[in-house]
Amino acid sequence: MEILMSIVVGILFMSAVYLILSKSLLRIIIGTGLLSHGAHLLLLTMSGLKTGAAPVLTDGVESYTDPLPQALVLTAIVISFGVTAFFLVLAYRTYQELGTDNMEEMKGNDSND
Amino acid sequence: MINLPLLPILIPLLSAVLLMFFPKRIKVQRIISMAGIAGTIIAAIVLTAEVKANGIQTLNLGDWPAPYGITLVSDMLSVLLVLTSSILTFFIVWYAIIYLDDAYERYFFYTGVMFLLTGINGAFTTGDIFNLFVFFEVFLIASYLLIVLGGKKGQLRESIKYLLINVISSALFVTAVAYLYSVVGTLNMADVSQRIDELGSPGIITVIAIFFLIVFGLKGAIFPLYFWLPGSYSAPPIPILALFGALLTKVGVYSIMRTYTLFFYHDQGYTHQILAVLALLSIVVGVIGAIAYRNVKTIIIYNIVIAVGVILYGVSAMTPAALEGAVFYLLHDMVIKAALFLLIGIMIAIAGASHLNQMGGMIRDYPRIGWTYFVAALALAGIPPLSGFVGKLLIVQGGFETGDMVGPLLVLLSSLMVLYSAMKIFMNGFWGTPKEYHGEKAHLANRLWVPAAALVLIAIAYGVGSEAVYPFIQMAVEPLIDPAVYIEAVLKE
Repeated sequence: MEILMSIVVGILFMSAVYLILSKSLLRIIIGTGLLSHGAHLLLLTMSGLKTGAAPVLTDGVESYTDPLPQALVLTAIVISFGVTAFFLVLAYRTYQELGTDNMEEMKGNDSND
Repeated sequence: MINLPLLPILIPLLSAVLLMFFPKRIKVQRIISMAGIAGTIIAAIVLTAEVKANGIQTLNLGDWPAPYGITLVSDMLSVLLVLTSSILTFFIVWYAIIYLDDAYERYFFYTGVMFLLTGINGAFTTGDIFNLFVFFEVFLIASYLLIVLGGKKGQLRESIKYLLINVISSALFVTAVAYLYSVVGTLNMADVSQRIDELGSPGIITVIAIFFLIVFGLKGAIFPLYFWLPGSYSAPPIPILALFGALLTKVGVYSIMRTYTLFFYHDQGYTHQILAVLALLSIVVGVIGAIAYRNVKTIIIYNIVIAVGVILYGVSAMTPAALEGAVFYLLHDMVIKAALFLLIGIMIAIAGASHLNQMGGMIRDYPRIGWTYFVAALALAGIPPLSGFVGKLLIVQGGFETGDMVGPLLVLLSSLMVLYSAMKIFMNGFWGTPKEYHGEKAHLANRLWVPAAALVLIAIAYGVGSEAVYPFIQMAVEPLIDPAVYIEAVLKE
């Protein structure tokens, strides 16, 4: 199962890198979304996907899944939510001000600042 | 007071929360933020005295024993950095009060600064690798606000690049933590160190070490990961640039210092060799950039890359002298970079432009500013009585001790080039024929000089009084040389 997840994470990272290297700003933001998905899945995978009950204390359950990575992922998810929301608004403002979403055209010089 | 290590994080956090309630009342904003920072400085001073007297202070949050909860660890290195960043923030905010327009102050500038300080102090103090990630995000998100505040075209353009780089490096940080967790199964830094030691040195640990180097190198702008820095840092206004230049990259440097002395000291032939090569290359590219440009902002920004290289070269040598030098130089560089950014900010305010071609002969009307800049430039290059000297001396000495010839010579040569680049600003900006100036803020110049001169004064005192500072530095280096000191302090029971 871990092998399969690793391959999936690899594919997510690959797509993220491809999208981040493209010219359109929105594709780049989608790429960062995929990148954080990949990182979060990796965090869950690397701590082991052994079968066990959900980490909620119940009578008569012997083994639980590791609760720590789930807490870490939850933290990382809200952080990337916040950053992504900021990034999207920033992209919107930049589109309004600069009139382009093409990263190639976002070059400044002294006169055009 | 067992909660003492928490205070430098808690005070700015609470004042940031308080500041959000009255965004439009500028006077209240100024008073609360200055009082908050002053409180942080006092707490940091008390904490420093406490660490000096009683050794490393640890605080287990929520009273969970060490490897299971989050531990805050204040050793001498982290308290010195906390103290320095709080003092710098104080003077930079003072400068910002004079310099910034009302519009900035109404839109949560001070809240941003206080959250930035919270994140930085937290990152210096934490003893948990994932908590370090969270504090990184705290100050990064605050820095996103500060870099884009104002919303000019150039700022928007550069913020996107800055944001993208940091989003990527944060995702890599999470990935690196995931790998580390899968190998050692713990997040507490002392515990991680202990378990890596028990494992011996499997290849995967070396891979993770390089992974962390990439992550922190992106934050700290080492070669070849520095490419985002010159563009992004030239976008925001001067006080914000000074905050970034003095503090943000140094958190990356601190993290490399911490992880490479606490976690990854087993395979030094490989990891530390790579670190040394990258540090020296950072010095080279920084020097090339500092010499090539005639824009005052860009010159000082490239000097950040040089300083990061010098400090990390000291870390990579791993001898006591080199590490002492690295810590010495780190503190010096934070102060002097802040002072230099504030001083060139005054020059830009007078001339109304940041290019050297539009400056000249400022010494006639502004002699105080000119000579303050002169002293700051000499301190940056490391002229003996001033603050840059002892750090570089120890780094060079430590480098020679390891038998390396190229590294120390490059560090020495870089000092010459740094001096040239800083003097280029002095000779073109302050000497020569006076020019027509169009600065809208020129009338503020003498008021802006006060906080900048105070920082230069601190730098001079730091250099002249290095004998008095030395015991603190020596204590800061102890856990870096021998991780057992750190581990024992955290996992004492």
